[in-house]
Amino acid sequence: MELDPVVLARLQFAFTVTFHIIFPSFTIGLAAWITTLEGMWLKTRNDRYHDLARFWTKVFAVSFGMGVVSGIVLSYQFGTNWSRFSEVTGNVIGPLIGYEVLTAFFLEATFLGVMLFGWDRVPPWLHFCACLAVAVGTTASAFWILSANSWMQFPTGHEVRDGIAYPVDWLKIIFSPTFPTRLGHMVVAAYITTAFVVFASGARWMLAGIAPENAKTMLRMSLGILIVLVPLQGFLGDASGENTLKYQPVKVAAMEGVWGSEEGTEGPLPWVVFAWPNEAEERNDYEIAIPYLGSLILTRSLDGTIKGLKEFSEDLRPTVAIPFFTFRIMLAMWGIMMLAVITGGYLWYKGRLFDSRTYLRLARFLWPIGFIAVLAGWYTTETGRQPWLATGILRTADAVSPVSAGAVLTSLILFVVVYGIVFSAGTYYINRLLKVGPHVRTKGEDEDVSGRRPLSGAKDVGREVIEAGE
Amino acid sequence: METLWFTYYLPLIWAALIGVAVVLYVLLDGFDLGMGILFPFTKDEAERDQMMSSVAPFWDGNETWLVLGGGGLWVAFPQAFAIIMPSVYLPIIFMLLALVFRGVAFEFRFVSKPNHRKWDVAFALGSTVAAFCQGIVLGAIVYGVPVEDGQFSGGSFTWFHPFALLCGVGLVAGYALLGSGWLMMRTEGELAAKAKRWGRPLVIALLAFIVAVSVWTPLAIPPIADRWFRLPEFLYLLPVPLLTAGFAWLAIRGVEKGKGPQTFLSTVALFVLCFAGLAISTFPYLVPRSVTLWEAAAAPESQLFLLLGAVPMVPIILIYTGFVYWTFRGTLKPGEGYH
Ligand code: HDD
Ligand code: HEM
Ligand code: HEM
Repeated sequence: MELDPVVLARLQFAFTVTFHIIFPSFTIGLAAWITTLEGMWLKTRNDRYHDLARFWTKVFAVSFGMGVVSGIVLSYQFGTNWSRFSEVTGNVIGPLIGYEVLTAFFLEATFLGVMLFGWDRVPPWLHFCACLAVAVGTTASAFWILSANSWMQFPTGHEVRDGIAYPVDWLKIIFSPTFPTRLGHMVVAAYITTAFVVFASGARWMLAGIAPENAKTMLRMSLGILIVLVPLQGFLGDASGENTLKYQPVKVAAMEGVWGSEEGTEGPLPWVVFAWPNEAEERNDYEIAIPYLGSLILTRSLDGTIKGLKEFSEDLRPTVAIPFFTFRIMLAMWGIMMLAVITGGYLWYKGRLFDSRTYLRLARFLWPIGFIAVLAGWYTTETGRQPWLATGILRTADAVSPVSAGAVLTSLILFVVVYGIVFSAGTYYINRLLKVGPHVRTKGEDEDVSGRRPLSGAKDVGREVIEAGE
Repeated sequence: METLWFTYYLPLIWAALIGVAVVLYVLLDGFDLGMGILFPFTKDEAERDQMMSSVAPFWDGNETWLVLGGGGLWVAFPQAFAIIMPSVYLPIIFMLLALVFRGVAFEFRFVSKPNHRKWDVAFALGSTVAAFCQGIVLGAIVYGVPVEDGQFSGGSFTWFHPFALLCGVGLVAGYALLGSGWLMMRTEGELAAKAKRWGRPLVIALLAFIVAVSVWTPLAIPPIADRWFRLPEFLYLLPVPLLTAGFAWLAIRGVEKGKGPQTFLSTVALFVLCFAGLAISTFPYLVPRSVTLWEAAAAPESQLFLLLGAVPMVPIILIYTGFVYWTFRGTLKPGEGYH
């Protein structure tokens, strides 16, 4: 079998970016959460917030490390695997990434040191500022990289000469039309992801009787923010969809499984709940659909219509099944989130949130839900853009480096093996941290005086686990 | 005038900036990679903790200069980036994988205690392989990259030749020397004494490497010989080897007397001089002897746009980096961390 270097390079990028995005989705929210906790501690001087901040910093340390190293891999892959892409879009996207390095990466990476190890070295207010700097850095990173990605989805503010993109209007490049909704949707997604991890951990500690007062704070704070953000995410997602319909209509047709007809698709459109897109025959098999709902969602009218897949030439369509299914996975996750939040809100209102063991038992399993939705969302966005890498400018197939298939296969296998090891170890250690819970300070006990120990953001718990005889 | 400024000086400024980023990376990440290279030479648990603790608050910020160096090359010279990266595909990938292992080892090693042996190995091996691969990349670029029609035209192993491997070994020795200088400065007790003992062979190795490269490159690559040994240029360039000899002497003395700052700073000076030497040998090429920095330059609009950000941001970054180093100043006693 002939190995296709394009397919291998795509697989490798998809694998490494999938691995990477797991960590930003968590650390963007976690940095904000730790900063909030520390702010509340400074304001109220209630130790519960302090102990929680210290605990979550340990989890943060482990996740952040994995996020950083996997991110560096990505930025170099633009050159190693997508050298044509670097050349063609470098004038435009390069500076955006450059600004990400200058305004975001240095900020977060440098103040990380103070955040993890500065607890007793700097005064509390300064430590708070370091946490804030890290939180601002992670969000700024999202701003720039999503700006770059949005430009690739729908490029504006440039001109193409001899096949190379040149900048014309920087504001139009940075704020390309799909960017604002994408940024909002992604940052909220990161907060939701983190909040569900905190929520599930709170439920776990409640059930196991670990640090119950802290667990209650976690449940209250995370549920409080989720009640606001999960419904909001529905609106932001809807706005994203509207945007996509305007700028990348073929992506929406694929997401919604609308084949239509060459002569022009007629409404009213049903909304496809499930189907098996059949590309050879250009139709959906085993379709279950709700009449009129498609028109209602996409056009806000009962008989409106959109362009169907058949109206686009075959070589400009993405593989339909991937965005179709991943979009439905994201929606399903949102549905589950809404259920969890509504039930939780009701129990809270009735004053039974902390006693309802059935609810807590189920809530305990919700920690991965945000990650699944984020990955599904990104797969929709990225695969729905195919065959383009930068829409209208450069196709994915034309963007690869002159590197042999054998070399790419080797690196792909190595990435899978290495990331497999690192990821399993990381998950195992985070789980171990969560199993032990925070170090709750008792009265009279001041700062952690056992101080003179080796340096690591996550170290204490390792000890506690050993002491607990594990 | 305006066009001259845009098409001639702007690329020069960017080449200088990237040079600064690369030098800063080598110096900053150099000593913490050096820590990993020296790791296997002590079996003492408290000393290993001490070594890791002395760099733990800094390594992430240090490594970010690597992202700036690579990213800067992409931004300012996309064509050079697109030729160089595929030409050293495998060493770059191995470097990245090695950096993954050593980066996560910082946290994993401590959470997994007492079963942390494997992360000791990951830290040591990761640091050493990363340093070795960086040396290979450097050597391969200096030696020359085959280019046809503006694309890399070699194979997966074009980078694999004795000169690149020598550079790999040389960089490992250099980083380890920086590491031992750092340890002499930042630690007390038995470890500082050990660092002094490790320094001796390392300083010899580094000097041997510098001599070897200075002889090898002009012999193998005529344009380099031409650049250095023609009069009157030879006279202008003479300070470079003379200064190198001077700092080499200072480095040797520093190691012998166990003077941390002297060892560290003179090693830094040696690195800077080596880098200057390389720049002199290859100027004005970015992809040696096929693509000049003007040919590879991005659109002037793009270079200018990022420069506007870099001019205020780089000093700010340096200031807060300095603040963090200052926060964690002082020496570490055995078994001590910053807590
Ligand atoms: C700045 C740019 C950028 C950003 C922020 C992302 N991607 Fe992307 N993605 C690309 C730039 C890109 C790319 C370089 O353009 C790729 C490589 C090959 C390709 O087709 O597009 C790509 C491909 C690509 C593919 C393979 C698509 C295919 O080949 O059919 C997947 C599954 C993802 N990405 C997933 C993600 C995820 C989970 C992201 C979350 C962070 C993400 N992308 C962010
Ligand atoms: C495919 C494109 C991407 C590239 C090339 C990339 C590159 C990088 C790099 C080089 C780092 C390490 C920075 C350091 O040294 O601290 C990093 C970390 C990070 N990236 Fe990405 N990234 C990509 C996608 C994303 C996306 C889509 C987001 C968020 C929306 C994101 C958010 C972050 C954050 C928050 C960090 C900090 C580390 C962490 O969270 O653990 N990145 N990324
Ligand atoms: C009713 C609920 C939702 C709707 C209607 C919705 C809609 C969308 C749409 C249309 C896109 C594609 C945008 C494009 O490619 O141009 C998208 C992407 C995405 N979604 Fe959702 N979404 C919903 C819920 C969620 C939830 C709950 C999460 C995560 C917590 C999430 C995370 C993401 C992410 C990370 C992306 C990729 C980034 C982007 O392109 O914005 N979504 N969503």
